[in-house]
Amino acid sequence: MSEIILEMSHITKAFSGVKALDDVNLKVEKGEIHALCGENGAGKSTLMNVLSGVYPFGTYEGDIIYKGETCKFHRIKDSEEKGIVIIHQELALSPYLSIAENVFMGNERTSMKGVIDWTETRGRAKEALAHVGLENENLNAPVNTLGVGKQQLIEIAKAMAKNVDLLILDEPTAALNDEESQQLLDIMLDLKKKGVTCIIISHKLNEIERVADSITIIRDGKTIETLRKGIDEWSEDRIIKGMVGREMSNRYPVRDNCPIGEVVMEVKNWSCYHPEISDMQILKDINIKVRAGEVVGLAGLMGAGRTEFAMSLFGHSYGQKISGEVYMHGKQISTKTVKDAIDNKIAYTSEDRKTYGLVLINDIKTNMTMAALRGYYANGQIVDERKENLDAEEYKKKINVKATSIHQTVGSLSGGNQQKVVLAKWMMTQPDVLILDEPTRGIDVGAKYEIYCAINDMARAGKAIIVISSEMQEIIGTCDRAYVINEGRIAGELTKEELSQESIMKCIMDSNGKGDNK
Amino acid sequence: MEENKKKYVNLDLKSLGMIVALVIIFIIFFVLTKGSNATPTNINNLIMQNGYIIILATGMLLCVLTGYIDLGVGSVVALGAACAAKLVVEQGWAVPLAWLVAIGIGLAVGVFAGFFIAYLDIPPFVVTLATMLMGRGLTYTLLKSLTVGPLPQNYAFIGTGFLPTIKITMGEGTLDLVCVAVAIIVSIGLIVTEMKNIRTNNKYGFANIVPWQTAVKDIVILVIVWFFFIRLGQYNGIPIQLIVLGVIVAIYQFVTSKTVAGRQIYAMGGNAKAARLSGINTKKVFFWVYVNMGVLASIAGIVLSARQGGANPKMGDGIEMDAIASCYIGGAAAAGGVGTVIGAVVGALVMGVLNNGMSMCGMSTDLQKVVKGAVLLGAVVLDVTTKKKKG
Repeated sequence: MSEIILEMSHITKAFSGVKALDDVNLKVEKGEIHALCGENGAGKSTLMNVLSGVYPFGTYEGDIIYKGETCKFHRIKDSEEKGIVIIHQELALSPYLSIAENVFMGNERTSMKGVIDWTETRGRAKEALAHVGLENENLNAPVNTLGVGKQQLIEIAKAMAKNVDLLILDEPTAALNDEESQQLLDIMLDLKKKGVTCIIISHKLNEIERVADSITIIRDGKTIETLRKGIDEWSEDRIIKGMVGREMSNRYPVRDNCPIGEVVMEVKNWSCYHPEISDMQILKDINIKVRAGEVVGLAGLMGAGRTEFAMSLFGHSYGQKISGEVYMHGKQISTKTVKDAIDNKIAYTSEDRKTYGLVLINDIKTNMTMAALRGYYANGQIVDERKENLDAEEYKKKINVKATSIHQTVGSLSGGNQQKVVLAKWMMTQPDVLILDEPTRGIDVGAKYEIYCAINDMARAGKAIIVISSEMQEIIGTCDRAYVINEGRIAGELTKEELSQESIMKCIMDSNGKGDNK
Repeated sequence: MEENKKKYVNLDLKSLGMIVALVIIFIIFFVLTKGSNATPTNINNLIMQNGYIIILATGMLLCVLTGYIDLGVGSVVALGAACAAKLVVEQGWAVPLAWLVAIGIGLAVGVFAGFFIAYLDIPPFVVTLATMLMGRGLTYTLLKSLTVGPLPQNYAFIGTGFLPTIKITMGEGTLDLVCVAVAIIVSIGLIVTEMKNIRTNNKYGFANIVPWQTAVKDIVILVIVWFFFIRLGQYNGIPIQLIVLGVIVAIYQFVTSKTVAGRQIYAMGGNAKAARLSGINTKKVFFWVYVNMGVLASIAGIVLSARQGGANPKMGDGIEMDAIASCYIGGAAAAGGVGTVIGAVVGALVMGVLNNGMSMCGMSTDLQKVVKGAVLLGAVVLDVTTKKKKG
């Protein structure tokens, strides 16, 4: 057995009392490609942030032993000095700077103190770019003139320029098409030959199966197992089993007395393109329908196009060249502006409540009535504050927002209570269809249960509900039916009986790469 | 369901902090000038000298609420005033008509700026820097770099006139009973509103402010009100400018706190993305905020030219900075979404009292700028640091 380059032992990391990592162990051999697998929120990225010093030494428990010595990283710079470089999912490039400048960003080649040595910068940049097959690019071109695939490669070149020994890639192929992904994976194999150790986080199990030498599976913040190529069983099914193999507990309230009625909303042939890259199709002919009293799930991996679908539907808030038809109660409607959507009784709660859902500096009442103000809480232009206060109090009780009063600022509430405020805000618009995008992201189990109860209550009141979730368990636990979305298209439709983590994963895997990629 | 929550909350001192600061600054200068800053004449001057700044601060607050500023207001003040003065003095136009033209010009500049800002996404800083330069240039061209004046009495009264008075002798001077009447009306209004608030709160089970704190707050406000109106009564009664101010401030206080439009401005300033996804047309809000600023700037121009008895091309140079500073001193957040009209007015008064007091102490205008800068910075530092402690 070859030498161990990195050992992370008994790592425990908690965020305000909630354990994101619980006694995690990871051993990486020198020169291998080691994959980290797990569902969204399992703790993969947290573990890598602990390793790279994003969470400094002292904020977690456990030891990091790298090249035989125990390391205490206080900053990202500390880990980089040792040759550990992390490439995050979001690109860290400065779009208007040149390729060469980006390769050495934060690591500038200087002659005298602080003066950039351009000859050295360009020369060394070319060397670094050669590792990723980009040595023929124009070094002075702004990096935003390259496609996403090449930008991802620039990130790797940037890491190479730092004399990397251990390269960590967080979802490197999430934004890439198949061809670009293949190219990136080939480069990883190439780097491996040059002695660079890689840790890769990816949801695309076929890729992992192809390039990885061993796989560590994390579930709910705990290490489950480590599989080795050539020793253990090596297949996608085996990995899925490790990722999802936990028993269902009673985390979802039963929805009884909730008859499913007529179709409320139907969307036909919905397509849309990327807001900036006009020839990049994000959604391809999506058809869905949802009935009164029904909870329909949109399952899929991050970046599959679920949020993009919801946002483009809701007031064309995402994308361009949007086409398709929306029918409410059988009548065609327009959802060109958010106001149109609200007037046609559609509501959408964003996956990112702090950025898109709430005005954090305002109080609970003001946030709750923000969307319904014009329709229900004003006589002409004048706000009916009395009605506002009364209804805000009522909703606060109804969905159990824990706060001293409706005048508390929402920024001071916990995530779960903030989410309840967002929910109340859209319930107040008295919609027929509610699209809930990741309604329980980042909130604790108790608040989750309350949100599920609120969803059930709304369904019983005859609302049609769409739940978007990356947690497959949540889709299975709350939905009557689910569509699986992958790569911008419907990969399958599953009934309540058919719904299981395996069936969802299978839908995704089966459709992977089947799309007519440009 | 009976709730066991406390029925009283503490007074939010932060919202009153600047009023307290204003009183303290006034008292400091009272000591330094041996009481001459509190004479009837000087109290009257405080209003007359700062009226147009208060009007500008009111409009500027809306811009600041959206998270940006309008640099062009000083030039719009000058341009509006120049047009109105020229039409009246040189063309013999009727005063109201000339004023309408001035307001029309303010509106046009506002539409111009609002269009670029809202519909072409040009940063407000750039657009209003452009209107500032263009407006100033146009004013110089229009006036051929000369002063236009003097303005007739029916123009000047809006800046210098007074309401009719009923004077009685009191001590060595006279006292205007109209002022006393206004003070009484304001006092009754304040007490009635306070009682009504308490009654509504009780009826719906909302928490009230601790009684003694309410009492102290109201007594302080009443003392200020009575002091102010008695002093005005001892001088020459109620200035017309004060009425113009009162109407504008009342309208904007109402719009910002009680209307859908006001709510939308706050929501957009607090989080534009969330506002957009809540069905608020943020472009429209942006547009009207700048149109409104243009109109108010032209009104400020009319008031200023009336007071000065003429228009000159240098008028209102740099006052956009005073208006912006007033908003920040009055507790508005540079990032947007926080601030009140009353706060901006108090901020403008703080600046006014400072200017006035320092001049009376014989401090050079150069040093006055240093003090004003320090006060602005200090007020915002205080604001930011107290917020941090809380959050």
